[in-house]
Amino acid sequence: MSAAAQPGQTSDPADIILSVNNIEVVYDHVILVLKGVSLIAPRGGIVAILGANGAGKTTTLKAISNLLRAERGDVTKGGIEFNGERVDRLSPSDLVRRGCIQVMEGRHCFGHLSIEENLLTGAFTRRDGQAAIRRDLEMIYGYFPRLRERRHSMAGYTSGGEQQMCAIGRAMMSRPKMILLDEPSMGLAPQIVEQIFEIVKTVNGKEGVSFLLAEQNTNMALKYATYGYIMETGRIVMDGPAQALRENEDVKEFYLGVGGEGRKSFRDVKSYKRRKRWLA
Amino acid sequence: MSDVSLKSELAAFRMTPGLWTIAGVAGFALLLVIGSLTGAIGKDTFAYRVFIDPFAQMVEMPDLFAQTLWEGLVGGVLYALIALGFVLIFKASGVFNFAQGIMVVFAALTLVGAYEKLGTIGIRGEAAAFIALGVALAVMLALAYAVERVVLRPLVNQPDIILFMATFGLTYLLIGLGEAIFGGNPKVMIADQLYLPRGAIDLNILGGRVTIQKLDIAAAVIASAMIAILALFFQYTRIGRALRAVADSHKAALSVGISLNQIWIIVWFAAGVVELVTGIMWGARSDVSFGLQTIALKALPVLILGGFTSIPGAIVGGLIIGVGEKIGEFYWGPLVGGAIESWLAYIIALIFLLFRPQGLFGDKIIERI
Repeated sequence: MSAAAQPGQTSDPADIILSVNNIEVVYDHVILVLKGVSLIAPRGGIVAILGANGAGKTTTLKAISNLLRAERGDVTKGGIEFNGERVDRLSPSDLVRRGCIQVMEGRHCFGHLSIEENLLTGAFTRRDGQAAIRRDLEMIYGYFPRLRERRHSMAGYTSGGEQQMCAIGRAMMSRPKMILLDEPSMGLAPQIVEQIFEIVKTVNGKEGVSFLLAEQNTNMALKYATYGYIMETGRIVMDGPAQALRENEDVKEFYLGVGGEGRKSFRDVKSYKRRKRWLA
Repeated sequence: MSDVSLKSELAAFRMTPGLWTIAGVAGFALLLVIGSLTGAIGKDTFAYRVFIDPFAQMVEMPDLFAQTLWEGLVGGVLYALIALGFVLIFKASGVFNFAQGIMVVFAALTLVGAYEKLGTIGIRGEAAAFIALGVALAVMLALAYAVERVVLRPLVNQPDIILFMATFGLTYLLIGLGEAIFGGNPKVMIADQLYLPRGAIDLNILGGRVTIQKLDIAAAVIASAMIAILALFFQYTRIGRALRAVADSHKAALSVGISLNQIWIIVWFAAGVVELVTGIMWGARSDVSFGLQTIALKALPVLILGGFTSIPGAIVGGLIIGVGEKIGEFYWGPLVGGAIESWLAYIIALIFLLFRPQGLFGDKIIERI
């Protein structure tokens, strides 16, 4: 149950792309949101942060990408290392340049720009020339054929699934080493969610991009991730390989909604509450 | 079959408010024409002087009408240019820049002041004028940098009204600075040295003579070119795309690695260049003085008309206000003793606000259902 347990068997520091070390986040100088969160993401892996609303998943991702400061949040304790370098004082644009980019919850495409222009804004920090950017644009269209069809539509008029694809594609245009993917399933039909996770898996396998994703859809996330962290009220309460988490009784009951058989009696509810408190 | 479709079309036809307005205006005009033709509206009645006489004059003396129209258009293009400066800054940094007017004056003063200083060390003529132009551009860049550093960056995420008040501070700072450095006396714009043409062209058209100042032609051409360059820059360059992205969503722009600080400097500098051009043109038409900053207030009705976030809106709004106030002054002004030019634009804007608060080209609100 140690929060800083190594995901998988990696112990060589070169295999770790991201390590978050006991960070505390305070909003507006008063509201303590994260109370000592530590996690590790292996190079080329897919790691999931799971938990309910308000558990601190998004804040964790924003602390890493440093979008936090634009929302008057601040990392007050602990440190974050990306690719062997302390990054907790860098600006988001510096982080994107170093290969760590966040896809925000709720997609946030540029509504008044076309899909293609949206994708091109993702290449803003790149300095390797038009030809390379064009090539990557084609690569994105390869992964998301739907985006090629809608390339000249204003992003604001496309569907939720298309916008999510656009947001992921836009992040990929920066040639990242790691994508922080916040709640990709939000507001999407189950079929589209599956499609998006499949693409994440392919991109992970083919391009070697590491993923750290925050999800409420525990079922889906644990199907595709290799390792998972479970958060509650600003702490990591449990972590382990995805397989182990899927089979854990508590996770099953609290997050996957497959509890014991039969109708629950009042006594069961009591025990549920007790265990839930302990878990927190 | 066709009967049915005709019926359904008729059924689908509804009088929208817009159609009612058009129908009302048309009916009123018809009534007036009939009235005046039948002699029901006498030549000395109020209705005749307001609704009939000005139009009769336009038809009778088309040369005067053309002259007024041209002057209105030139004024309009220059209003559009000022409004463009507002729109640029408002879109990218969400700040309503009250200091716009004084920045126009400041840019023009810097240009003329630098030219005078060069004169004292023996550099004169065209060379000096263009060195002074470079100096003025450099000062506007420094100003953009300073504003980003001292005003925008520390105040990021504060309510809009605080940033608005900060631009008031900037206004008075620049007034003080300008007076301290260049003195309060009006200066003459170095138009000749910048190869701006002088003199006028007389056109014998429409049964009369229309006089067109060459300077006005230059102003119209330069302003149009400026607007076209900005539009192309916004549409097709990497920075332009980033500017539009920032205008769309600050947060999302931040997340893809666009540096807001860098964008703000670029936008304020672009606005500074627009201001410098505006300052040169207005300065050449009158003189360079602090009174010039009030013309920036004329940009407010332009913005209300065109929408605060739209570049085409700034252009069309500028032309409407420019032409509207000149024609209003010339044909309707005498009815109330003249000088309506100073307030007509605001009244047009006020009436416009009642019917279309987002402006002619205000940001299209995209809402998915």
